[in-house]
Amino acid sequence: MRRLLLMRPANFALSVFALALGAFALTFIDAARLRAANAASVAATAALVERLELTDLVLFTEARYTRHPTQADLQSAFQDHPVAFEHFPTGSLMPPPAGILTAYENLDRKAKAPD
Amino acid sequence: MKIWIEKQKHLIDFTLASLARRKGKNLGLLFIYGLLVFVLASVALYTHALRTEAQKVLAGTPEIVLQRLVAGRHDLIPPGYIEKIGRIRGVQKKEGRLWGYYYDSVVKANYTFMAPRNMQVARGEIIVGPALERSRGLAAGNGISFRSYSGELHTFIVADVLPQTSELVSADLVLMHEEDFRAFFKYPEGHVTDVALSVANPQEIKNVALKLMDALPDSRPILRDEVLRTYASVFDWREGIMLALLSAAILAFGIFAWEKAAGLSAEEKREIGILKAIGWETGDVIKMKFWEGLLISLLAFLLGYIAAYLHVFHFGSILFEPVLKGWAVLYPSFTLTPHIDGLQVATLFFFTVFPYTAAVLVPIWRAATTDPDTVMRG
Repeated sequence: MRRLLLMRPANFALSVFALALGAFALTFIDAARLRAANAASVAATAALVERLELTDLVLFTEARYTRHPTQADLQSAFQDHPVAFEHFPTGSLMPPPAGILTAYENLDRKAKAPD
Repeated sequence: MKIWIEKQKHLIDFTLASLARRKGKNLGLLFIYGLLVFVLASVALYTHALRTEAQKVLAGTPEIVLQRLVAGRHDLIPPGYIEKIGRIRGVQKKEGRLWGYYYDSVVKANYTFMAPRNMQVARGEIIVGPALERSRGLAAGNGISFRSYSGELHTFIVADVLPQTSELVSADLVLMHEEDFRAFFKYPEGHVTDVALSVANPQEIKNVALKLMDALPDSRPILRDEVLRTYASVFDWREGIMLALLSAAILAFGIFAWEKAAGLSAEEKREIGILKAIGWETGDVIKMKFWEGLLISLLAFLLGYIAAYLHVFHFGSILFEPVLKGWAVLYPSFTLTPHIDGLQVATLFFFTVFPYTAAVLVPIWRAATTDPDTVMRG
């Protein structure tokens, strides 16, 4: 501690930077280590998804269109009546699934009209 | 080289002494600067890791899920419906899925009930997700009763709990035998919730979906690609929302940092005047101030980023949890696998370190090129 206090300010500052840079580099090493350590469980989860034919992540369980956003009705945000307000706070965090909308419309227009 | 290093060290010595004279102000700046980097880096690391994880675990989701719509709403698929389309080239498997939602009034949570085709569950038994294990205090061998929508009480024995590591996709699942599922929800015989189709060739998926829509106009095919894109856009959106909320803070910090860096105090001006009067060259004064900007901004970036990394990947993003939980009672407690986007980190570095370092230099250059006497009187 005494040696640290007697250190030249520039050397002290450069040592702090070296430490911080070392810790910064360590985050990448740690990330690689955790990726390798979690690889098996990620693969097992992917296998479970395939086995159970799951389609969504369990992020929000409060409403069916937030639990399964990819499977929700296209107009689910207005499920009660056409100008109904959004009930759940998640609605502000969860966008209407743009990918689904576009693809759905595309397919809809490309498909033949029923007789 | 040695002389150059020694010179820089002397400049750093002087810069640190100068910073120490305004200790409170500079430490405050370092703290706020670091905090801002911490929040921005936390958002970036969290969303990128979640986005990558979603893409990895959902890679095996069915190629096509076929829903039937009635009056714009998802409806059950009656027996014989899928047979109407006959055999479609490229489709390897067509399997009905049985799943639905159950509201548990005991803990006020929603569960996803499912009768899996590829997992054996004995009659009267269930396999539950890890969040259910936590919220209802269940373990293998325990019994649990659910009141069905028809009012009857159904009792099940917990045969197993799904692994905690799969919680991101299985937290609220209750897996049961098909007959139990049908009895519990009074599901009409032969009806299924939707149909999962397996298509071998990825190039064919869109064509198969078009054929399905031609043959079954009331159907809605959901492609795997759409599922993956939805999750990519969900996290882009969430990152955008967080950044929009933070924009006021970023702007406030920008004004504060600009004010601090670009506007010289009388004391700083006097300091520059004295340095010039005792023989410092303009270049030396600028170098000293460059070190000042770099020391503060680089240290703030490094400390903020390291704290963000620890927060997201070692402390379970505890600060974001209340925002992400919403109204949900069951919330998955998952550990994210770190996936760091180098470009994202480089962008954060560029936008936090460079503007401040540059902003410090402009007024100094102006003051340092003026006559010392004028600056000191200034």
